[in-house]
Amino acid sequence: MLKVAILMLAVAVLPPPALAAEGQPEQPAPVDWQDWHAGNSVTDLASLQRGARNFMNYCNGCHALKYVRYQRMADDLKIPTAVLESELVAPGHNNLDYISTALPSSDAVNWFGKVPPDLSLIARSKGTDYVYRFLKTFYVDAGTPTGSNNLAYPSAAMPAVLSDLSGVNEAVYRQVGNDKVFDHFAVSVPGSMSSQQFDQFVRDTVNFLDYVGEPAQVERRFMGIWVVLFLILLSWLALLLKNEYWKEVH
Amino acid sequence: MAQEAVTKPGLWGWINRRLPVDSFVRSQLLDYYAPKNFNFWYFFGSLAALLLVMQIVTGIFLTMFYKVGEATAFDSVEFIMREVNYGWLLRYLHSTGASAFFLVIYLHMFRGMMYGSYKAPRELLWLFGMVIYLALMAEAFLGYVLPWGNMSFWAATVIINLFGAIPVIGPGLVEWIRGDYGIADATLNRFFSLHVVAVPLLLLLLVALHLVALRQVGSNNPDGIEIKEKKNALGIPLDGIPFHPYYTVKDIFGVGVFLTLFAVVVFFVPTFSDLFLEKANFEPANPLSTPDPISPSWYFTPYYAILRSVPDKATGAVLMLIAVSAFFFLPWLDRSPVKSIRYRGWIFRTFFTLFIVSFLGLMYLGLQPAQGIYVTLSRVCCVPYFAFFLLMPFYSRIDPVKPVPERVTFHA
Repeated sequence: MLKVAILMLAVAVLPPPALAAEGQPEQPAPVDWQDWHAGNSVTDLASLQRGARNFMNYCNGCHALKYVRYQRMADDLKIPTAVLESELVAPGHNNLDYISTALPSSDAVNWFGKVPPDLSLIARSKGTDYVYRFLKTFYVDAGTPTGSNNLAYPSAAMPAVLSDLSGVNEAVYRQVGNDKVFDHFAVSVPGSMSSQQFDQFVRDTVNFLDYVGEPAQVERRFMGIWVVLFLILLSWLALLLKNEYWKEVH
Repeated sequence: MAQEAVTKPGLWGWINRRLPVDSFVRSQLLDYYAPKNFNFWYFFGSLAALLLVMQIVTGIFLTMFYKVGEATAFDSVEFIMREVNYGWLLRYLHSTGASAFFLVIYLHMFRGMMYGSYKAPRELLWLFGMVIYLALMAEAFLGYVLPWGNMSFWAATVIINLFGAIPVIGPGLVEWIRGDYGIADATLNRFFSLHVVAVPLLLLLLVALHLVALRQVGSNNPDGIEIKEKKNALGIPLDGIPFHPYYTVKDIFGVGVFLTLFAVVVFFVPTFSDLFLEKANFEPANPLSTPDPISPSWYFTPYYAILRSVPDKATGAVLMLIAVSAFFFLPWLDRSPVKSIRYRGWIFRTFFTLFIVSFLGLMYLGLQPAQGIYVTLSRVCCVPYFAFFLLMPFYSRIDPVKPVPERVTFHA
């Protein structure tokens, strides 16, 4: 809760948006954020572990994973029990608890106008690409209650909680006819991460949410290879059997 | 031969003197002669039976963990997906099975229409099959509501509201079906009851009738020739072969190939890019948030496209009803002297091809948003769809048919 309050404060005292770049002679093509892909891999254990850490540090303050138990997560992601208990399990919880959030719903409604959604299924219901674009397209907007806005989800109730990592983004627009169209982001206050580091941070987090959406998916694909190979063999034997019987049909 | 089992000593004889196991197997499998010229299209009957069994078995296990009720249904499905051992497999087998069932049934119906299997003497066989198709649509719709995702909720809302188009009793009927003023807990509970008890029982009864009717008239075949008309001295059809072992081993091969493809979907693409499991259904039911667009499962979309192509809901609903029920009348609409498309003329072939193209076109259009070109194209597709049925009494009579051979064409 303290973290949330600090972040909200940080967002509130950010400098006003810089003026949109004007009069530039040669503009590069606009940022095609709608074509960004998460490009994550749920078989990348290191990425999933970093994603779990990111989630617990930056998301879990407001968002729960109500269908996921700490222990199941640790087993699947090969996180040692000692690390799980010291770093990831929230105080007052044990390993077999579902991952809940410390943010009371009543406070959430007071602060954000709505309860932050449970993220157990966000990667399944919205897709990993959407979550990736959402986390990467926060920008300063003085006209909203949070002081920030989002390209993937306009008027999002969620503030730009990752801006201390990514830096503070100003949206730069270009004039197309009578319309202002988003062109690119300009960082007005640098974050603690380089853009590559932040991209990896988001990718790991999305990867973790992808895993969380369907924890059995790695096992599913692994098992599928053997099942399909077995069925191909079975079909081949069945074909030989069929041909043997049908030889005598004229 | 059946007498032998009855007179045998020991357990086999004891059982057969009390239950005709041996004579039943003989009459239904060994002495049941099927045409020897079945082709690829004849795999789908046995595959439909396989899917019925698979849906029942996976359904039994899912029911052990599913918790009906608007507060528990969605959570229990996620519990199955995450905490029940191989629960994800059960659920994907069941959800993929539903789509595969319709694929197989559509191919089975296509086969029947291609080779005129609905024509005399197989009218009742066709009618039982059509009632199975209707019961299957009901079963799929009811089952789709059970996970209580947002698409479940809104699909139920849209489909149930269709009954409101019925004059006078419509609004009352809608309320009676729902058991509430909106889609709610009462609706979910009765849908569960219908999905796991009532409709499966009906389906089993209908399948039994379908099979008994099939045994009475015998299978049609790609040539549309009655093999019973040419028999040898022992009374065995010249173009027939015993169902067992010939078609049992052939169907086992078909099952193997089918299961291989089925497993590829279950294990690698269970959502089938939003066609088998929709993204919107991974969000819990929310009466305040309408998914955009609301579209039914792919196997309903031809009819959905027809419904949407008419601005007036009542007219659209009537048109949709005609589109589904037209299949029932095929045995009497078709006046052609030949059964199989192999010996029909260019007129029937043209109408039939246009019908299939329009059916697939409507299936695609029903998945698109109801606007602009998609609605226009749906209207265009309605023309060949309905013309196929409505004009059949005329074009099937004047169709220049070819001579039908005496015996089936078979290349060993």
